Amino acid sequence: MTIDLKTVKKISKLARISVDDEKAKKLENDLNSIFEFIEKLNQLDTSKSEPLTSVVDANLQLRKDEVKSQNIRDQILKNSPDENKDFFVVPKVVE
Amino acid sequence: MSNILDFTLVDLVERIKKKDLSSKEITKTYIERSEKSKKLNTYITEDFESALKKADNFDSKPDFNKKLPGIPIAVKDLFCTKNVRTTAGSKILENFIPTYESTVTNNIWNEGGILLGKLNCDEFAMGSSNETSFFGNVQSPVGEKLVPGGSSGGSASALAAKLTPSTIGTDTGGSIRQPASFTGIVGLKPTYGSCSRYGIVAFASSLDQAGPMTRDVKDCALLFSVISSYDNKDSTSINFKRDDYFKKLNKSIKGKKIGIPKEYRVDGMPKEIEDLWQKGINIAKDAGAEILDVSLPNTNYALPTYYIVAPAEASSNLARYDGVKYGFRSEGENLIDMYEKTRSEGFGNEVKRRIMIGTYVLSSGYYDAYYLKAQKVRRLIKNDFDEVYKKVDAILTPSTPSSAFKIGEKTNDPVSMYLNDIFTVPINLAGLPAISIPAGHDQKGYPLGLQIIGKAFDEQNILNIAYSLEQEIKFKNKMNDWWI
Repeated sequence: MTIDLKTVKKISKLARISVDDEKAKKLENDLNSIFEFIEKLNQLDTSKSEPLTSVVDANLQLRKDEVKSQNIRDQILKNSPDENKDFFVVPKVVE
Repeated sequence: MSNILDFTLVDLVERIKKKDLSSKEITKTYIERSEKSKKLNTYITEDFESALKKADNFDSKPDFNKKLPGIPIAVKDLFCTKNVRTTAGSKILENFIPTYESTVTNNIWNEGGILLGKLNCDEFAMGSSNETSFFGNVQSPVGEKLVPGGSSGGSASALAAKLTPSTIGTDTGGSIRQPASFTGIVGLKPTYGSCSRYGIVAFASSLDQAGPMTRDVKDCALLFSVISSYDNKDSTSINFKRDDYFKKLNKSIKGKKIGIPKEYRVDGMPKEIEDLWQKGINIAKDAGAEILDVSLPNTNYALPTYYIVAPAEASSNLARYDGVKYGFRSEGENLIDMYEKTRSEGFGNEVKRRIMIGTYVLSSGYYDAYYLKAQKVRRLIKNDFDEVYKKVDAILTPSTPSSAFKIGEKTNDPVSMYLNDIFTVPINLAGLPAISIPAGHDQKGYPLGLQIIGKAFDEQNILNIAYSLEQEIKFKNKMNDWWI
C-alpha cells in the first residue's frame, strides 16, 4: 500500500504537527520507503500469536492513593511558557 | 596529574579511598580536558562550577563508604536533573529546568557521584548517529567527521575522549550498545525493569532502559550496581533482590553454553565483522565455553516490528509537548493552531517523522494491520529467545553490522540508518540484557564491538563472560587527541 499526500496531511492533522506542502512531499517519500520496509511483517502468520504489550509479566502494582507532594504550585508553573499566578495561559478557547 | 585521565573508574575510587587523589583533583582534570574538547560538541549543558564546589565539599567531609566517592560523571541529557537544564536534544525542551531528579541519577548522587554536565544525544533519543540533535552533531574522538553512533552519542564520545570517567546512556533499540561499539567502549543495556525509568524523558516506554557506559567491564559492573534499583515511582520497575554485580564479578566462562545465532549472519556483512565474531567465538571456546549453533528464526522481522512499536509509543509519549505546561511555544491564532505550530517548530525532522509513523499505525482502520500485528510478531521474537535459552546461557553476536560512518553519509535514507540497529533491536523487543564490549578494529582503524546477550535479569552472567573475553581481547584504543 502507498501513502499519498492526502494521507500525509491527515496524519499531520491527527498528530497536531503543521506541515507545509514541500515538507509533506518529502514526508510522503520517507513514509513510503519506511512502510515498504515494514510491510515485510505480512509474510508472517501470526494467527496463533498473542500480542505482547509488555515484557513484564506482573500486573501493574497498586499503591495507596495518598498525597505525597504539596504546595508545589510554583514548581509546576515554573517551566510554563505563559502563566498567570495560578493558571497556565492558552489562546482563548471560548468565545 | 595527567595520568588521572588514564585511570579507570574503579582505579579512581580506590585512589580516592587511599587518599592518593582528591575529588577536586579528579574533577578539575576532567573539566580542563572537557574545556579543551569543545570541538567534539559532547556537552549540551556544563555544570563545572557547581561540580568543583561539590568536589570541595566532598574533600572536606569525605565518606569513603560510598561506591562512587567524589567521582565526577557527565550524563546523557535525557535524564532529568533537578535545577539543571534537561533538553533531550530538542528545541522543544531547550529551556526546560526540571524540578525533580531521575531515580537513576539520584542513585549516583547518593553514592557520592558528582554531576559534570549533560551530554548531547539524538533528539528524544531517536537516531543512530547523533545527527538529529537540535544542539548539533557530535564528532567521534575516533576520527574527524565521524559519527559516534547514537542516540547516546555524546555519552560515548565524551567517555572515549576521556572527558568523563564513566557515563550513563539510555537504550531503546541499541542507543547504548551501538555508540559503545563505534567508539571502543563498554555499554550495557540492562533487563527491562532493572533500572527505573522515572525522570527519564520517555521515548518508547515498553523498550527504554538506562544503562552504564564505561571504559571496561569492571567499571561497568560497578556503575550498574549503583544505578539498578527497585523504584515504586516506575510502575514497570521490578522488585527483586539485586546482587552486588561488582563484588560478584569473576571470569567464570568455563562450561558456559554460548549460542551463535545463524540469522545474525546477514547479507552484505563486512568480512571484518565476520572475522571479529569468529575471533570472539574462538576466545570463548579456548576459555572453556561450549559453543552451540542456535536459531532465532524471526530475527529478520525485529526491525520492522520495532519501527511500528517504538514510533507508536513515541507518538503517545510526545503528545505531552503541546506548548502549554512546559517547553517551547509558538503563538497561534487559536489553541489548535498554537499546538500545531509549536510542535512543527519545536520538533526536528526525525522526531516528526516518527510521530507521524506512530500516529498512522495507531489510527482508526490501521491499528490491527500494523500495531496489533507488530505486537504479535514481538511475541514470536521473544519466544525465539525463550526457546534458545532452554539450551544456552548466553548468546554472542557482533554489536553492529558495520563500523562508524561519516557524518551526513546516511541522513537522507532513513531505512539505511535504521539498519544500524539490526543486531541490537531484537534484544529490546524481548526485554533482555545485553552488553557490547570493544573487540577489535576494522582496516580503517575504527573500533568494532561484540555483543553478549543474556537471560532476563542474568546481568551477572553476561558481565562475567564479558570480563573473561575482555582479558583475552586486550583491546587498545587508537585515539590521538586530534580534536585538541
